[in-house]
Amino acid sequence: MARSYLEFERPIAEMSAKIDELSRMGSDADVDIAEEVERLSKKRDQLIEKTYGQATRGQMAQLSRHPDRPNFLDYVPLIFDDFKELHGDRAFADDAAIVGGIARFGSRSVMIVGHQKGRDTREKIRRNFGMARPEGYRKALRLFHLAERFDMPVMTFIDTAGAWPGIDAEERGQSEAIARNLMELAVLKVPVICTVIGEGGSGGALAIGVGDRLYMQQLSTYSVISPEGCAAILWRDRAFADKAAESLKPTVTDLQELGLIDGVIPEPKEGAHRNLEEAASMMSEVLDNALNEVLAIPVEKLLEQREQRLRQLGEFAEV
Amino acid sequence: MNWITRLIESPKTILSSKPDKSAPEGMWIKCPGCSETLYNKELSRSQMVCPRCDQHLRISAEERANTLFDKDSCEEFDGELRSIDPVEFKDLKRYKDRLKDANKKVGKQDAMRNYIGDICGQTVSASIFEFKYMGGSMGSVVGEKIVRGMERAVERKCPYLLVTSSGGARMQESLLSLMQMAKTSSAANRLNEAKLPFVCLLTDPTMGGVSASVAWLGDVIIAEPDALIGFAGPRVIQETVGEKLPEGFQRSDFLLEHGLIDDVVDRRELRDYLKVLFEHLMHRAYRPAC
Ligand SMILES: [Zn+2]
Repeated sequence: MARSYLEFERPIAEMSAKIDELSRMGSDADVDIAEEVERLSKKRDQLIEKTYGQATRGQMAQLSRHPDRPNFLDYVPLIFDDFKELHGDRAFADDAAIVGGIARFGSRSVMIVGHQKGRDTREKIRRNFGMARPEGYRKALRLFHLAERFDMPVMTFIDTAGAWPGIDAEERGQSEAIARNLMELAVLKVPVICTVIGEGGSGGALAIGVGDRLYMQQLSTYSVISPEGCAAILWRDRAFADKAAESLKPTVTDLQELGLIDGVIPEPKEGAHRNLEEAASMMSEVLDNALNEVLAIPVEKLLEQREQRLRQLGEFAEV
Repeated sequence: MNWITRLIESPKTILSSKPDKSAPEGMWIKCPGCSETLYNKELSRSQMVCPRCDQHLRISAEERANTLFDKDSCEEFDGELRSIDPVEFKDLKRYKDRLKDANKKVGKQDAMRNYIGDICGQTVSASIFEFKYMGGSMGSVVGEKIVRGMERAVERKCPYLLVTSSGGARMQESLLSLMQMAKTSSAANRLNEAKLPFVCLLTDPTMGGVSASVAWLGDVIIAEPDALIGFAGPRVIQETVGEKLPEGFQRSDFLLEHGLIDDVVDRRELRDYLKVLFEHLMHRAYRPAC
């Protein structure tokens, strides 16, 4: 499979190419080549650690929407069993930008809902690059209510640049659809666990992001506006996106400091975009613990805690 | 009592309010709708609605409170809340400095004023956005004030009125601003549980994170004529879809036609409208006596 590399990943790409080439040459069990491959692999690991460990916030924003970053549906078969996708909002359409349905997580049936950006160009277009319209959020809400009816925990997976800014979306009440989800999720009588698996883009992300726990994968970001959008407004030039990202502080480390997330889901050292299987198993482990934790809390108490959690959001002074 | 009789009875409350800074000061104002030059006092008397073309000029939260509540009936709350700079945000200017400038220019109550007052005898808890303060953007203080306004309505068993005018979430508070959408939307459930009316009045402009949260959660949602209301800004949509936007797109009548709001109400008829609406919603024929 052809891999994509971001500009600042280029040294990693070059080293990987060299290793691949050497490996091919050394197919006759050449000891010297095997040693060289091992040496270079170690060097590449160090390079990866340095590149991702010291990435700027602008680079982190790019990583969170890396072209090779796994989509929601890439994780589903690795984390869940017996997934039954449920379609449509029962009013207008089935929005493919949001996928939802019932699945088994370990021994439990759960409702899973996530943004799906799409892998190849055709799928991307069909799914509108994961930018949902009102019918997408309304489908999600329908599934949340279905989960509530059958005492099923809800697990959401966030990965979107934002809600679709289109004429049709406005005509059908994009604002209302998002607002309704925020209000209903706040009082949904089953546990809700939210995870950012890529790009957490503004209201379109939050519309499936209100719950009892919020996790983020190591290389994901979550922001009130994209760095580009922020730069266009405050700097009047999208070229200042890197500067905007520095100010917006959208990384896992930043948001942990602000106390807005409950935990970080580690990723393989080379990133989820290079090792889906390991990323999935790491995510599965964290979510399993999280689910056990929230299921141990009686639902009335959980709702009280959720209300408190939402009530105390924000930082201000009283003079 | 309609707004005309009230004005005649208490001309001071309205005329003493400072004129909108965004409108030119002085005796004469040029209407942005019909370009007619209007006598400032005449415009004030018609609640900053152009008597020629009915254009609703933007008004400050204080002016709104003056035109909304019965004479001497309103009290302001939560004025002690101040924005801080939780993520040390800096664009071309520091957020700290932007706040200082806005405090000096507009007042220290941030982009939201909270009141308790009577509307034709009905006590109402109201939160009114101040657009002049950083574009009415919603940060932690605005979010907290909305929730406190709702909680005050529950405490006093009275309706809650939210008057919006906002460009959206306040980017300078990063994800904390986005979370105000969740916080305010969650708090709206308290009004539901208490069976208290929640009415939203959307005024020009109501966009982004404010539109996509608390502004659209009222039991009844009304808009002022010709206000720009929507999720994404028209320019962003234009750039994204690359086609011409339809006539009147995202304006009040457009929303009404698409079934997204309950009605469009002229500012000069607002008090009468709310009086009857609150009477209906607070009537409760079937409520068992407690
Ligand atoms: Zn006019």
